[in-house]
Amino acid sequence: MSDLLSMVFTADFLGSVIRMSTPILFVALAALVGSKADVLCIAYEGIMLFAAFGGVVGSAYTGTVTGGLLLGLLLGMILIGIFAYFVLYLHTRPLLIGLALNILGSAGTVFGLYMLTGSKANSTKLGSLTFPELHIPLIEDIPVLGTVLSGHNILTYVAFLSIFIVHVFIYRTGLGLRIRAVGESPKAAASLGIDVNRTKFIALLISGVLASMGGIFLSMAYLPYFTRDMTAGRGFIGIAAESLGGGKPLLTGIWILIFGAADAIGNLAQSFRLPSQFAQMAPYLTTLIGLVLINVFREKKKVNR
Amino acid sequence: MKALNHDSDTVLEMRNITKIYSNGFVANNDITFSVRRGEIHGLMGENGAGKTTLMKVLFGLEKPEKGQIILNGQEVHIDNPLQALEYGIGMVHQHFMLVGSLTVAENMVLGLEPKNGLLFDYKRAVRETEEISRRFNLPIDANAIVNDISVGMKQRLEILKILYRGAKILLLDEPTAVLTPQETTELFKQLKHLRDQGYTIVFISHKLGEVKELCDRITVLRRGEVVGTADIDDVTELDISRMMVGKDVDLNIEKEEAKPGKTILRVRNLNYTNLFGKKALNNLSFDLRQGEILGVAGVEGNGQTELSEILSGLLVPDSGEVRIKGEPINNMSIRDIRLTNTSLIHEDRMIYGASADQTIVENIIADRYFQKGYNSKGFLNKKYNYDNTRELIKEYQIACDGPEARISTLSGGNIQKVVAAREFSSQPELLIVSQPTRGIDVGAAELIRQKMISLRDRHRTAILLFSADLTELLTMSDGIIVLYNGEIVAYFPDVKRINEEILGKYMLGLEKQSPEEIGGVVHEN
Repeated sequence: MSDLLSMVFTADFLGSVIRMSTPILFVALAALVGSKADVLCIAYEGIMLFAAFGGVVGSAYTGTVTGGLLLGLLLGMILIGIFAYFVLYLHTRPLLIGLALNILGSAGTVFGLYMLTGSKANSTKLGSLTFPELHIPLIEDIPVLGTVLSGHNILTYVAFLSIFIVHVFIYRTGLGLRIRAVGESPKAAASLGIDVNRTKFIALLISGVLASMGGIFLSMAYLPYFTRDMTAGRGFIGIAAESLGGGKPLLTGIWILIFGAADAIGNLAQSFRLPSQFAQMAPYLTTLIGLVLINVFREKKKVNR
Repeated sequence: MKALNHDSDTVLEMRNITKIYSNGFVANNDITFSVRRGEIHGLMGENGAGKTTLMKVLFGLEKPEKGQIILNGQEVHIDNPLQALEYGIGMVHQHFMLVGSLTVAENMVLGLEPKNGLLFDYKRAVRETEEISRRFNLPIDANAIVNDISVGMKQRLEILKILYRGAKILLLDEPTAVLTPQETTELFKQLKHLRDQGYTIVFISHKLGEVKELCDRITVLRRGEVVGTADIDDVTELDISRMMVGKDVDLNIEKEEAKPGKTILRVRNLNYTNLFGKKALNNLSFDLRQGEILGVAGVEGNGQTELSEILSGLLVPDSGEVRIKGEPINNMSIRDIRLTNTSLIHEDRMIYGASADQTIVENIIADRYFQKGYNSKGFLNKKYNYDNTRELIKEYQIACDGPEARISTLSGGNIQKVVAAREFSSQPELLIVSQPTRGIDVGAAELIRQKMISLRDRHRTAILLFSADLTELLTMSDGIIVLYNGEIVAYFPDVKRINEEILGKYMLGLEKQSPEEIGGVVHEN
């Protein structure tokens, strides 16, 4: 156990926290944009799986990373487009269509995988590509900090940069203002001639891009291939992190790091022959504890006011 | 009344507007209506007369089946609010159309955000807000969060918002319904100022006094049709009310001398501190007796809401005692309180009075479904409940499609009749009722008042009446207490000997009775 603790406080571990944080960070930001528009999309699992699968197939068949990125985004967008259309224009309950799309995401990708490779487990046969790692000059050479911050996959940097991009988008652009307005009081927005459904649709598409990036990271960076159900609940953990962050991009980012750490500790624990169930449980347990703590705190605050 | 067609001052005309809702309700039937440039035009009528619908047609929110809109001599087609604004028509809705977590400036420019490259230029939004606020002499804090500003300020923001969008014709839908008297005075000053600058205002209201004070001309609607248009100087309040209801409104309710019996509600040394740390109720003591209507007067925010909610079991007092028929209510649930044969009408009827998505019958049985007759062996007794409800619908003249009509399909007055039907039909010994006729049409208000008098006389019900309508308080009550700053500052055992003016002095805190006089409301020791 003390060995485990000593390993936690190493630069390698901190680096892995950042790596593990990347996919949930994308989803959490996706959920944030969605929640600003007052749409809880629970289809992120399915969207990520489609995007992850699309990335592998696209890169394998075009022989370019860009091809993978584009096909991944396209498939993810199709899924969230279906979600948005059903919820906004056909008034389906988001929960139902979200469930349906998650099942479609899981089963559909396995089906696609089997059709293309004959395997129902992974896509190693396809020989897909991965995004490159980025070594930052100068920072790379700083002792501990270099190991922590440099040498990550380029998508990891994109994810952390997205915190600020999303922040600026939501709070500093006209579209961001409109998304907040339609999310909070759609009638007020409509009375000013803002097309509420269209604004929500756009918000969801943006949300879809972010979630798809999370999926693409899984199959084109985190692992170099697609495996069935490789999202492993990250789509839901992202939603939880967003909720814990209270809809604030920076705070959400901090929660993501905590989840990333839980993920990383889980992985470490495996190598110390702790039961693998514990490893798999860590992120969800953290989610649960986090949700309990933050909501008890919020209720207290409400009472005190 | 003038011919509508050849009026050179006419800025806006609506001709032969007919609007039929999908449920077959004819909201506007062949309405022709015109407004002159630079006037304040009162659009009057009872609830459900079609005022709001007509304005929604004008603002592009409803599509009429028939009719034309003529603006400055040109026919125009208005399909949505944006188009209306392009034509210079802006509307302030009854319920504010504001985004609470955004700032005043952000609400101001929403939909027309000034840009700085890709980004939203917030500084310019603030600047433009301050500019427009200065130009119209309507000061407002551009950086304040809308949730934090007062109702009067929110309304001012709404008016500024449409002025910012270039409106020359302002449609105001019952703007005073949510305002305190002081805010109303302020609003009227602002509106007159706007009129003098050449703006045209359509003022929707059913308050005679306000329209008389503010408007230059009026048009009265009744049941979706125009009754008439008149210069305000040519008509008296009585004329207008006759036009609105088709018969004279009799606020002089026939009522005999009260014969109070024994004490039903006993309140002693009640104290309550509200969420903001303000002492909302300060050592209140009074008694309410059988067969007596005790009115509670006071400017809004002087403790009335808190008192009524404590008596209903919605709030728990800091200290003091409330007894109903001798039983202390401290440990009673709201159902326990109701089971002492107490009925409650809350001032907020859509939250505490009725469930909008449920049917009339479900709302009627909400306080009694568990009692014998209404259910047997755990199953609701459908026939019994429906028959009962049908009788109440008839007795209370509720305009609806039957017991299964959803509350949300009814007009405000009819919703309140449903609430009254439920609360009155249990023949309560104690009735605590807040703002029973606020915002509802004259006919419904009269029916509810008559029913309360009849409860007092036939069932000897003790009634505590909270009302902001002084005429109602003075006609309905036998005695009145006045609340100011959470204290009882006056008790008038005989309402006949006072008037609005006297009440006003106490309500505004200009005068206060001696402890002995106030103590008169404690009848039993």
